[in-house]
Amino acid sequence: MHIFSQIPQLLIYGLISGSIITLGAIGLSLTYGILKFANFAHGDVMATGAFFALAFLILFQGLGFTTQPFYPLSFGLPLIISFLLSMGATAALAIFIDKILYKKLRATGRITLLIASVGVAFILRNSLQFIWGPQPRYYIKKIQIATSVPFLGIKIKPDEIFIIAVAISLVILLHFFLQKTRMGKAMRATSDNVELAQVTGINTESVINWTWAIGAALAAAGGILAGIENKFITPNFGWDMLLPIFAAVILGGIGNPYGAMLGGMVIGFSEEISTAFIPTSYKPAVAFIIMVVMLLVKPRGLLGER
Amino acid sequence: MKEEVVSLKVSNLRCGYGETEILHGVSLEVKEGEIVTVIGPNGAGKSTLMKAILGILKPTEGKIIFKGKDITGKPPHEIVKEHICYVPQVDNVFLSLTVEENLEMGAFIRKDGYKDKIAEIYQVFPDLKDKRKVKAKKLSGGQRQMLAIGRALMLDPEMLLLDEPSAGLAPKLVQVIFDKIVQINKDGISILMVEQNAKRALEISHRGYVFVMGYNRFEDTGEALLSNEEVGKLYLGG
Repeated sequence: MHIFSQIPQLLIYGLISGSIITLGAIGLSLTYGILKFANFAHGDVMATGAFFALAFLILFQGLGFTTQPFYPLSFGLPLIISFLLSMGATAALAIFIDKILYKKLRATGRITLLIASVGVAFILRNSLQFIWGPQPRYYIKKIQIATSVPFLGIKIKPDEIFIIAVAISLVILLHFFLQKTRMGKAMRATSDNVELAQVTGINTESVINWTWAIGAALAAAGGILAGIENKFITPNFGWDMLLPIFAAVILGGIGNPYGAMLGGMVIGFSEEISTAFIPTSYKPAVAFIIMVVMLLVKPRGLLGER
Repeated sequence: MKEEVVSLKVSNLRCGYGETEILHGVSLEVKEGEIVTVIGPNGAGKSTLMKAILGILKPTEGKIIFKGKDITGKPPHEIVKEHICYVPQVDNVFLSLTVEENLEMGAFIRKDGYKDKIAEIYQVFPDLKDKRKVKAKKLSGGQRQMLAIGRALMLDPEMLLLDEPSAGLAPKLVQVIFDKIVQINKDGISILMVEQNAKRALEISHRGYVFVMGYNRFEDTGEALLSNEEVGKLYLGG
């Protein structure tokens, strides 16, 4: 009985980690949908975003821009602004990498792009390590106490509510963008049928830029939220994120951003709930097993088409 | 017929895929307001001709002139700006988008509003109006073909390129689609199509061409080609 009494709390953890995985998975799925290649650098883009935010935060501290934390959160305005600036910077970086690398390789096929992305992953990770060193870095040093939620038997920190709220807001914004705006619809159209998009007059190059920008901005958000949840970031954590986000994307149906949302949440919940039954260190194995089973049973994914 | 102004002129076009040349120097023209059909057996180069005009394939030799302007080898999105719109034979709608979204995408490069245009398309194809919120993958074959043509009409084309518009459709629907093509043409849009369904297509065409193995073989009015014994025997099924 003891095991099952943990479940409500684990669901909360699942929701938090699912939120972070989802933000990573969406970008991976979008770039796959448009460019048809699996971007192995996407986890490291998340880490890069997390370090961009840290850089802005340190810059603000250096400039003397510090404020009291927003009660009851453990951080204040500087981190929020750094968060937004980092999303922009990471988006710009992704477009830049596309311009100098992927764009030139596009005609050569998806395997070349995939291998190139592994190279980009190494460059990003090692650059982070070179600049910041291998030791953990912190956004916030203060320890936050989790508050109990009455009746439900769960504890949650205010920062964690922030994480979930930000992830949900970003997902809603993306949904609105994809369904209601001209560029969002053009992205779906291009993902659906590139050749038809071209003869229809859709500027597929600008669609590609938007795709990189949105994917990278969401990845940065995911990376920063992971930093807030874990309290620290390291240059390697993006690589560790790669497995759960790939599992999420494959589970949901690769190329479909809504599948990535579903897959992200399922992987988050599965990983956390598994800790009631098996040692915590096996968490990544859970994501891996789900991915392998899905590839064997339903390779198109839960929401995959055709 | 109206004043005869040449709208599209293809001369001595050579084109193919990589090393394999499919078109060995074909020529054709479409006058303003005409329906012109290219017929011929499989491998004649009909679809290659379409792709070359649209800039999907780059010709190795020859010229494509549209309204006095050389458009040879321009990329597809430039060609679209000349108001040459294309309906591919297969995969010609965005399956995961709704009918209305498909039409909206057709108007992607329009600077002005497209709402009125959508209303016009619904008048031509009333079936689509009832299905406007339905995803294209849920449509029947005939409705998809109408949507594909509707999408191409969103840009006010001066010339419409149709690749096998009747392929895979039930005989009754073939007549419906061909009637629509005539109706669209009467609104002043020149039409160049390639068709397997040669007889029906030539019946509505002002002129026709017969391609064989990447060469021009016959060229005449639709009527004359229909009554040409050799063409009839070889390409119209007797």
